[in-house]
Amino acid sequence: MNPALSVIFFTTLSGAGYGLLVWTAIGAWLQQPARGLLVSLLLALVLVSAGLLSSLAHLGQPQRAWRALSQWRTSWLSREGVAALVTYVPALCLAAALLPAMIAADARTSVVALGAAGVTCAIVLVVAALATVACTAMIYASLKPIPAWRHRLVLPVYVLFALVCGGLLALSVTAPTGPGRLPALLVAGVGAMALAACKWRYWRALDTTPLSPTRGDAVGLPMREVALFERPITEGNYITREMAFVLARKHARRLRALALVLIAGVPVACLLLGWAVAPLLATACGAAALSALAGALVERWLFFAEARHLVTLYY
Amino acid sequence: MTTLPPPSKVKLGLVIDLDTCVGCHACAVGCKQWNTGGIAGPLTDIEPYGKDPSGVWLNRVHSYELAPTGACGTTPSQPAQTLHFPRSCLHCETPACVTVCPTGASYKRGEDGIVLVDEDKCIGCGLCAWACPYGAREMSPVDGVMKKCTLCVDRIYNENLPEAEREPACVQVCPTRARHFGDLGDPDSKVSKLVAERGGVALMPELGYQPVNRYLPPRPRRAGNDVEAVRETPAETLDAKALPPVLKWLDRILSR
Repeated sequence: MNPALSVIFFTTLSGAGYGLLVWTAIGAWLQQPARGLLVSLLLALVLVSAGLLSSLAHLGQPQRAWRALSQWRTSWLSREGVAALVTYVPALCLAAALLPAMIAADARTSVVALGAAGVTCAIVLVVAALATVACTAMIYASLKPIPAWRHRLVLPVYVLFALVCGGLLALSVTAPTGPGRLPALLVAGVGAMALAACKWRYWRALDTTPLSPTRGDAVGLPMREVALFERPITEGNYITREMAFVLARKHARRLRALALVLIAGVPVACLLLGWAVAPLLATACGAAALSALAGALVERWLFFAEARHLVTLYY
Repeated sequence: MTTLPPPSKVKLGLVIDLDTCVGCHACAVGCKQWNTGGIAGPLTDIEPYGKDPSGVWLNRVHSYELAPTGACGTTPSQPAQTLHFPRSCLHCETPACVTVCPTGASYKRGEDGIVLVDEDKCIGCGLCAWACPYGAREMSPVDGVMKKCTLCVDRIYNENLPEAEREPACVQVCPTRARHFGDLGDPDSKVSKLVAERGGVALMPELGYQPVNRYLPPRPRRAGNDVEAVRETPAETLDAKALPPVLKWLDRILSR
């Protein structure tokens, strides 16, 4: 499949943003300092909004994008749009709840004890953010003509990517101290390694599973061996440009290794450094987050570019 | 609405005879000609006379080589064959291109099963083209909306046309009558009978989209062992003794 940059930026940036929203909500519930929470909340909203705006660039008629909110009964893309917009409501409510503590003189350390409404808000935010990421994954996982995306790990990988990138960003913004530090670093490290393991398994499955229908099936003659003689046009067309993208499969091995290093290798090393040298924690987590985001970009590019569409059987 | 209507009684569609199709591309050109001025129009082209021409076609003809096969059941062994394969929208009964559409621009008509795009609602996200395994949909880079076969909905009900012309353009134009149009939901229709008689098939039915269009496979060739016959033709023989004397001498000299 053609790896459109607008869609890659959308899924990675807004994915990280939704992950950051999840961790911010959890941080608010755990009564972390208000300033860090508010900064990470705003950063998350910037990432989410940038991603959503980038996705508009993918559309042929972006001014009609509002129509995409109408068909949530059947379309995962529509559900994603609705969930993405709904998520803004609890996020902004939480920001409003945190704002007074932020303005207070001792903002760096002051905490906000969320009331019942605040806790509800945080829970809704976690659910809505995760639902948005899950809808994004389901857009792809529900497409039968692209067998690679039907794999059962596609949904968990999208969610894990959001949580890992968002978690590392949250760590770099809040730089936790005290007893919460070690568990937070451990969760981030284990998450990054779990993500790398999932991708590893996904790629192994991709390499060992052949494209199931044959060209014979595609032309309705499953008993015959069918070889291409002439394409409909000697030049490319929308179908070949959009669905038949071969560059990635040529360089897949190197790009996969690069993605794994960026997703798990570098972040885990940074987290260890941050754990050993406490003053470097924020910087190390920032580097880990940037590395994981770069890894997400490489992985997402491969996710699109490597996947074969059944229509390529005709070409 | 992208929710599918209850299955219609009338299922309009095409039956394409792969035995008689000669791959002349007339259906593709006829389709382009009618539809560029029809409700799906314009079917824009980019650099039509340039170095890298491309454009929207709702119907494309592929050509393949079928490898020879051994005898299989009652079918005799088959020689190598050329297969011309016109590919267009199959107007599936459960089309994923409709249900994935986020805007409601794609829809399936409840009355006759035709799958259409309302171009005024389409946002050009391209998801429907990704959802179609048959490559039936193409995006117009100029209009930024999705284009697809309309089964010439603006011909088949068009009362301004003589009754004999109320057929899709591709069917009208086919010089070998390899394309047939009719109601595949009615078991007594001409097309349904043709499908039953010739063993018409749906493409990749295992994907579950229930295509309405049917393809009639090439009829089995009679002399399936032609391949062997050609291979076993003995080398040319020459009876040198029967040659006239001059040629006999030449043959002897050249054979040294």
